[in-house]
Amino acid sequence: MSLAYSDRLTDKVKVEGKISAKRSWPKLADQRWLSPVLLLALWEVASRTGLIPSRILAAPSAVVQTLAHLVVNGDLPNALVVSLARMAVGLTIGVTTGTVLALAAGLSKLGETLVDPPLQIIRPLPTLALTPLFIVWLGIGETPKIALIALGVTFPVYLNLFNAIRSVDPRLMEAGRSFGLKGWDLIVHVVLPGAMPGFLVGLRYALSVALLILVVAEQINASAGLGYLINNARDFMQTDVIVVCLLVYALLGLGADLLVRALERRLLVWRPAFLKA
Amino acid sequence: MAPTALRPIPPSPIVAAAPAEPVKPSVRVRGFTRSFGATSVLTDMNLDIQPGEFVALLGASGSGKTTLLRTLAGLDPAPADQVSTPAARAVVFQDPRLMPWKRVWRNVALGLKGRDRRARAEEALGEVGLGHRLDAWPATLSGGEAQRAALARALIREPKLLLLDEPFAALDALTRIRMHELVLKLWRAHDPAVLLVTHDVDEAITLADRVLVLDQGRIAAEEVVTLPRPRDVDDAFQAIRRRLLGHLGVTGHDPAAAAELIAFRPRQDAH
Repeated sequence: MSLAYSDRLTDKVKVEGKISAKRSWPKLADQRWLSPVLLLALWEVASRTGLIPSRILAAPSAVVQTLAHLVVNGDLPNALVVSLARMAVGLTIGVTTGTVLALAAGLSKLGETLVDPPLQIIRPLPTLALTPLFIVWLGIGETPKIALIALGVTFPVYLNLFNAIRSVDPRLMEAGRSFGLKGWDLIVHVVLPGAMPGFLVGLRYALSVALLILVVAEQINASAGLGYLINNARDFMQTDVIVVCLLVYALLGLGADLLVRALERRLLVWRPAFLKA
Repeated sequence: MAPTALRPIPPSPIVAAAPAEPVKPSVRVRGFTRSFGATSVLTDMNLDIQPGEFVALLGASGSGKTTLLRTLAGLDPAPADQVSTPAARAVVFQDPRLMPWKRVWRNVALGLKGRDRRARAEEALGEVGLGHRLDAWPATLSGGEAQRAALARALIREPKLLLLDEPFAALDALTRIRMHELVLKLWRAHDPAVLLVTHDVDEAITLADRVLVLDQGRIAAEEVVTLPRPRDVDDAFQAIRRRLLGHLGVTGHDPAAAAELIAFRPRQDAH
C-alpha cells in the first residue's frame, strides 16, 4: 500500500519535472485565443471544400469581404444609424418612465399603492407577446418597435430602482435625519445616491432587453435598419450579410456593456471596488 | 422627582443633578415612559443634565440606554412636556454612518447651508486631526478615522447636547484611548452637555462627571465622579468601578470576576 503510494508520488514528481523543463515555451493552458482561431480555420476549410455550402453558412473570408463591401457602399452604416436610433429613443422613453414610476412608488406609500400593483400584474407578461396588439394599435412603422423597446425597458429599471430606494441603509437615513435633513434634501443627499448602484443594475438589464427587443421588432416589416438588411438577405439566402448583421448586433451588446461600466466607474467612484482600482 | 432606585446608593440622590442652582438644565426628563407593545423599555424616567455636564449611561443590553439616547436625539417621538432638550443636538453613533458617496468634508458639512461650508468642515476636521483627509472617500478611512469624522460632523453644528451612542465600542484599545482624549479635549473646547451611552465601566469613569446605571428602564444608581482628569486607575477609581460593577450585577466583592471583565479591555493611563 505504502509502496504504491510512493510510486505515484515519484510519477508526479517526474511529470512536474518535465513541465518545468519546457517553461521557456508559452504555456498552452493560457492561450485562450487558440480554440476560437482553430474553429474559424476549421469553418473556413469546411466552406472552401464545399462541406458547408454558402447558402447554409458563408465562409469567414466571405463575411469579411461582405462587411467591407457593406461599409463602403453605405448600406451598413445607414442601417446601423436607423437601428441605433430606435434603440436610443426606446431606451430614453423606457428608462425615463421606469425611473419616474420607481421614484413615485419608492418615495411614497401612496405612490406604491397606486403604481406597484398594475406594474406587478403586467410584469410577468413577456413584452414581445404584445407585438400583435401593438401592430394593431400602432401600425407597422417605427412606433410599435420603439413602443415595444420602451415597455420592455421600463420594467428592469422600475423594479431595480424601486427595490434600491426601499433598501437604502436605514441607519444612513436615520443619520441624515439626525443632522436635520428632511424631505427633498434627504432624497437628494441620501436616498438617490444610495439607490444609484441598484439603478445601474437596472440600466444594465435595460440595455440588454432593449437590444433583444430591437432584434425581434426590427424584423417586423422593416424598410430600414439592420432588421431590414437581415430580412432581405434571408430572402436571397445571403448568409454572409446575415452573419455581418449578427456581428454588428454582438458589437452593440458589447458597446452597451462598456457604456454601463463607464457609467458605474463614474457614478460609483466611492465604492471600495473602484477605489482600489 | 421620586427616586426610583432598585439599589440606591448613598450619598448621591438618584435624580440627579447638581445642587439647587437657578441654571436651567440642558436636558430635562420627567416621568417619561416608553414602551413597545406590552414591554416598557423606559419606566417613569427622570433625568436632568446640566449645561456642560458630561454624563455616562451604563447598562446591560436591553436596559433601555439606547432608547433613552434616541429619545433625547429626537429620533424617537416623546411628548414635549416630559422630555425637553436643546434644539442644537448631535449624535455620534456606534458605527460612523458616513454617507459613502460623499467625500469626508461633505459628510461633515451634511445639511449645512452657506458658502463657508467647506471652510467650516475643514476647521472641524482639523480639530479632530483629520485635516489631511478632507477629500477622501469614507471607504478609505480606518475605523478610528471614520469615527473622528463622525465626531467632526457632530461638532460642526455647535451642539448644546452631544449624544454619544457607544461610539468607541468597535475600535481597538489603543485607538479608543486616543478617542477618549480627543472627546475630552473637544468637550472642554465646545462645552456641550454630553450623554455617553456605553457598556464599558472604565470608559464611563474615565470620562464622565456623573455615571448613571440603567436597569430595566429605570435609573438604578448614580455615581458622581470628582476625580481630577486625566484619571488614573487608582484606588478611588477602583472603588467607583467596584460599586458600579455591583450595580450592574457583577459581584464587586469577587475581585477575580470583576478583573476578568476588565481584563479583556486592557487600559493604560490616558496621557
